[in-house]
Amino acid sequence: MALTQEARARLEPDAARIIARYPRTRSALLPLLHLVQAEEGFVSEEGIEFCAEQLGLAHAEVTAVASFYTMYKRRRPGDFHVGVCTNSLCAVMGGDAIFADLQDHLGIGNDETTADGKVSLEHLECNAACDYAPVVMVNWEFFDNMTPQSARDLVDGLRTGADVQPTRGAPRLCTWKQASRILAGFPDDQAAEGHTAGPASLAGLKVAKEQGWTPEDGDQS
Amino acid sequence: MTTVLTPELTANWDQPDSFTLEGYKRAGGYRALPKALAMEPDQVIQTLKDSALRGRGGAGFPTGLKWGFIPQGDNKPHYLVVNADESEPGACKDMPTLLNNPHALIEGIVIACYAFRAHEAFIYVRGEVLHVIRRLHNAVAEAAAAGYLGTDVLGTGFDLNVVVHAGAGAYICGEETALLDSLEGFRGQPRLKPPFPAVAGLYACPTVVNNVESIASVPYIVLHGAENFASYGTERSKGFGIFSLSGHVTTPGQYEAPLGTTLRELLGLAGGIRDGRRLKFWTPGGSSTPLFTEEQLDVPLDYESVAKAGSMLGTRSVQLFDETVCVVRVVLRWAEFYQHESCGKCTPCREGSFWVVQMLQRLESGGGSEADLEKLLDVCSNITGRAFCALGDSIEPSVKSSIKYFRDEYLEHQRQGGCPFDPAASTLFGFAGGSGGPSPRGNDAAMETA
Repeated sequence: MALTQEARARLEPDAARIIARYPRTRSALLPLLHLVQAEEGFVSEEGIEFCAEQLGLAHAEVTAVASFYTMYKRRRPGDFHVGVCTNSLCAVMGGDAIFADLQDHLGIGNDETTADGKVSLEHLECNAACDYAPVVMVNWEFFDNMTPQSARDLVDGLRTGADVQPTRGAPRLCTWKQASRILAGFPDDQAAEGHTAGPASLAGLKVAKEQGWTPEDGDQS
Repeated sequence: MTTVLTPELTANWDQPDSFTLEGYKRAGGYRALPKALAMEPDQVIQTLKDSALRGRGGAGFPTGLKWGFIPQGDNKPHYLVVNADESEPGACKDMPTLLNNPHALIEGIVIACYAFRAHEAFIYVRGEVLHVIRRLHNAVAEAAAAGYLGTDVLGTGFDLNVVVHAGAGAYICGEETALLDSLEGFRGQPRLKPPFPAVAGLYACPTVVNNVESIASVPYIVLHGAENFASYGTERSKGFGIFSLSGHVTTPGQYEAPLGTTLRELLGLAGGIRDGRRLKFWTPGGSSTPLFTEEQLDVPLDYESVAKAGSMLGTRSVQLFDETVCVVRVVLRWAEFYQHESCGKCTPCREGSFWVVQMLQRLESGGGSEADLEKLLDVCSNITGRAFCALGDSIEPSVKSSIKYFRDEYLEHQRQGGCPFDPAASTLFGFAGGSGGPSPRGNDAAMETA
């Protein structure tokens, strides 16, 4: 699918708003790439051309940037991008097992998408939630303390359109394209929603409250 | 009373509206800002210097000193760039901070920019955290509506614009000069230093790049005084910070404590190693820092003591691995991470990381010989110090320290012709007869499940 004239006309005002955020125009390139990905689900040649035109860059200059960052996809992923952390700590705590099981369950490999176009699967590097390992991300929302079974249930729910909610994140799960638009700097209305401090986030605070420890008085020891 | 934990940034996280302006103000937020704005900018910088706050992003450079490096009266724009690209394996403190307490960062940004006279700040946040990004946009909008950002902040004539900028998946962008290149719209590749960002940073203008936690600590320091903050910690590592415990610990999570707290103390608060098992090895500051074992349980976790014991405090990202874990598997996976994240600019890092991964894969799957260990160390030592940035230097520490402490475990792989560990035993769910799963890369390391 090419970026249609209609889509280009619609995206141009958004692009102008992005460019206006920065003292120098080229700084807008990363959000512009998120923007074209939000339109097509991936960064197409036309998407690259659109970014190049907005910023007065060569096609090759934009391609060089788009190809450097792993979040920009060259092929369209599913509506739901399922990322399993398989960096060391998540891997040994179950991430490897979850990833292997999901491949088996979905019948797809790494960086592939189910035939219904619903779910794509990728193994991820660390996603800064190690205290909730093993971690799975869906369209960049946190699903904490996963098991092979809960991961299967998760992807089944995504494929059947069930109400799937992240452990810590927005209750209405965005599609891949919607998520890309937020990354471009156009957030939806869910900032105030969702539970975000899970037990691990509160672990130290809980102990401190039980003991009555606060820092305000200075160290008396 | 001795205060073992010092919840400050984390103190309001149990409140359902902790991330809102109202929730933050109810917890005492935005009281430091008027105080700072009533001070001379240089006085604010001096307060930070007096607090002895050291950068919380890993390197530990004194924050006040960094601010003081910004030349004044130079007729150039100054910039603050907040490094919210938290991606080091083990590091998981900044993302919950931004989810639950983004206004602490915003208040710190305003104070910092007032101090070194910047009118534009950027929050470079990793892209893979959608809800964090929503919360940041929301916090900036709330703060602007309340007059804490924008033109004429709180009627003082000080102007400040804050932009939330989402990255696109590249660990290297946590390196400050790669981050600046990325923010300028280029591939995230590090720059040669000097010049340092304080002289030629964003758009070649004087720029401070600070970690989230460093900036979010500023309101407390301004409000309660440098002396209060500096009363915590050790001789040269003052204050407190978040220690992130992950892995085989009974209660993983965020523990805000004075620098110099030991792992034994932290484990005491976190219920010890899971299921009464024994600690095998741990990282004091993320995957880039040399491993410790039980021998270092009583090392004060401050910059100097950890360095003296042979590692680095880094980001206080304490990853704990118990006796069920194969150290070769863990080190291999980190090496694969660095290989994947190497930006390709410097030959030793780009090529060396590939060699290190291949050698570790062979060792993990039971191939190779003892001589490989020396070759591996040799390759590693030829990467360290020979690349532009610290990513190259991050490959060697876990390899070298794991061979130092667990040489025989490497050799046992060769004797058995494969990994001697059951990967199912190290999982959180430990399902009977299950598999811990093969390596996702489908490489030789998959042998470990055979």
